[in-house]
Amino acid sequence: MKPLFAMMLLLFSGFLPVNVSAGGGDVVLVPADIQLDDREAIKRGAKLFVDYCLNCHSAALMRYSRIAQDLGMSNDEVSSQLITTDAKVGEMMKVAMTAEDAKRWFGMAMPDLSVIARARGVDWLYTYLRSFYRDDSRPWGVNNAVFKDVGMPHVLWELQGLQVPIIESHTDEQGNTSEVIRGFTLVEEGLLNSAEYDAVVRDLVTFLAYLGEPSKLQRLALGKWVLLFLAGLLVLTLLLKKEYWRDIR
Amino acid sequence: MFDKILRGLGDLREWADERFPVTAFWQDHLVKYYAPKNLNFWYFFGSLAFLMLVIQLVTGIFLTMNYKPTAGTAFASVEYIMRDVNWGWLIRYIHSTGASFFFIVIYLHMFRALLYGSYRKPRELLWVFGMLIFVVLMAEAFMGYLLPWGQMSFWGAQVIISLFGAIPYIGDELALWIRGDFVVADATLNRFFAFHVIAFPLLLIGLVLFHMIALHSVGSNNPDGIEIKKHKDENGVPLDGIPFHPYYTVKDLVGVVVFLMLFSAVIFYAPEMGGWFLEKDNFVPADPLKTPEHIAPLWYFTPFYAILRAVPDKFLGVVAMGASIVVLFLLPWLDRGRVRSVRYRGLWFKWALGIFVVSFVGLAYLGTVAASPLATLFSRIFSVLYFAFFLLMPIYSKLDKTKPPPERVTGK
Repeated sequence: MKPLFAMMLLLFSGFLPVNVSAGGGDVVLVPADIQLDDREAIKRGAKLFVDYCLNCHSAALMRYSRIAQDLGMSNDEVSSQLITTDAKVGEMMKVAMTAEDAKRWFGMAMPDLSVIARARGVDWLYTYLRSFYRDDSRPWGVNNAVFKDVGMPHVLWELQGLQVPIIESHTDEQGNTSEVIRGFTLVEEGLLNSAEYDAVVRDLVTFLAYLGEPSKLQRLALGKWVLLFLAGLLVLTLLLKKEYWRDIR
Repeated sequence: MFDKILRGLGDLREWADERFPVTAFWQDHLVKYYAPKNLNFWYFFGSLAFLMLVIQLVTGIFLTMNYKPTAGTAFASVEYIMRDVNWGWLIRYIHSTGASFFFIVIYLHMFRALLYGSYRKPRELLWVFGMLIFVVLMAEAFMGYLLPWGQMSFWGAQVIISLFGAIPYIGDELALWIRGDFVVADATLNRFFAFHVIAFPLLLIGLVLFHMIALHSVGSNNPDGIEIKKHKDENGVPLDGIPFHPYYTVKDLVGVVVFLMLFSAVIFYAPEMGGWFLEKDNFVPADPLKTPEHIAPLWYFTPFYAILRAVPDKFLGVVAMGASIVVLFLLPWLDRGRVRSVRYRGLWFKWALGIFVVSFVGLAYLGTVAASPLATLFSRIFSVLYFAFFLLMPIYSKLDKTKPPPERVTGK
């Protein structure tokens, strides 16, 4: 069985590249390296989210008050710092834009961002928000290396500035050329330098990760106690079993 | 005082026994149900499967209290459970992780039967009831997977139901009848909900009862694959048998705790299991206009899905997939070995079983990847090997050079 198993592993490893490239996109995702237990980062991210995202994108499965509860803020703090509409703190994070308006202005309904971090993954979001580049052929003047021909404008451009892609051409053995984006050059300065911008994006992604699963911190914290309890129970049940089975065989 | 309470309880039991066989039931199925004393690791999975059934039923009941089975509300109601319902996230993760763990346990339980020939005479019906449970469980899982109404829920159901469309003449009408609409839609979701929470659970409970009745009538097999009832003492108790309670209740308790540790580790630390238990695409609400790049069923269906895809013709693929499950039912009659347990079988069976396991795991893997020429080639090879294991069994199990099994169970 063992050599057979090794052979199988070898064979399957041949499928792996197929699997990876099936995800689409040539851009290698940059690890977001977020710290989900960093409440300050989540708070900063929440502010960014409200300022830059929540005008078009909703997070309609999330209540403002839940943020207050999880981040140790009072309802009044959340109301004054995070609510820019006439919404009450117990309400969902909705937007005024209707799906029809969104279709007219952006060509599609804006996706709700409540669980976007779980659908896309934090690394994707982090890379995506850093990968807008100037493309005058697009309606908003920008394109994205991770999400080709994206309908969204670069809402963080005043922070990042504008960049153009460094494109490499590849010719394979069959003579097909393909273009790959290898990096970016900044052509218009933003308010932040690139390290500061990355930090801002990381905060925003940290908030999105929190938003995707607010109970995650609770879950991780509880997990060790459950396992500890079960480990104790295991000792007791093992002793019990041993005691009963002493008279067998 | 204490004496009085005990006497009172004794009287109560007598009162009940005159009206309902409480004590007799307890005796027949626990204290005087004699199980072989040599049951090993593989024998934990029966009781664990029962535990999983109970866990799924109980968490399911609580989920139903807040879940809303309509196309407009289903996705949001699941997130409502995850966010606004007290401990909703825990109940939901237990249920979603539970589905995968149920199948892990069931597959290991079935593999045990293959190892030790637990389906052999006189346990054919025990096996058939078990197989029926497996089939209903697959239907239960398939319908349950539609309920979160994510992209994978929607498109998975769309693909699988469209398979019925491949049946000549009645196919399209049949698929329409199952969906209740021209595409998977609100009507489909609502009826799947009804099946998932009422029809199939009822069937499962009934079948599990039959499975248990059959088991307790023929008795448990064991790793040596010999009948412990052949050697009894003067009271008719098998010499190699021990009362299920307390011996196996305390032993299974250890198994339960170890199992719960693994189960909890996933629930608390990796409920998505890297996309294997909860798929990324299912966090995108169902969109009938946007087909995901890669549609694959959850891991527990992929061996059969790979067989489906291995066949070039759609209808024949459906037939092959059906046959791959039907052939399992026939196992008791395909096996002509002189012994039951793999311990005393010859090289033929051991190799066949090894190749079968590799094929099954291989198919499971191939069912998850995007179609490519290499993947298709291997799916075909493994599909042929899968069927060869069963269809050639009457020959190789008979030719096999077996060792004589012992008269009494061994200590191992």
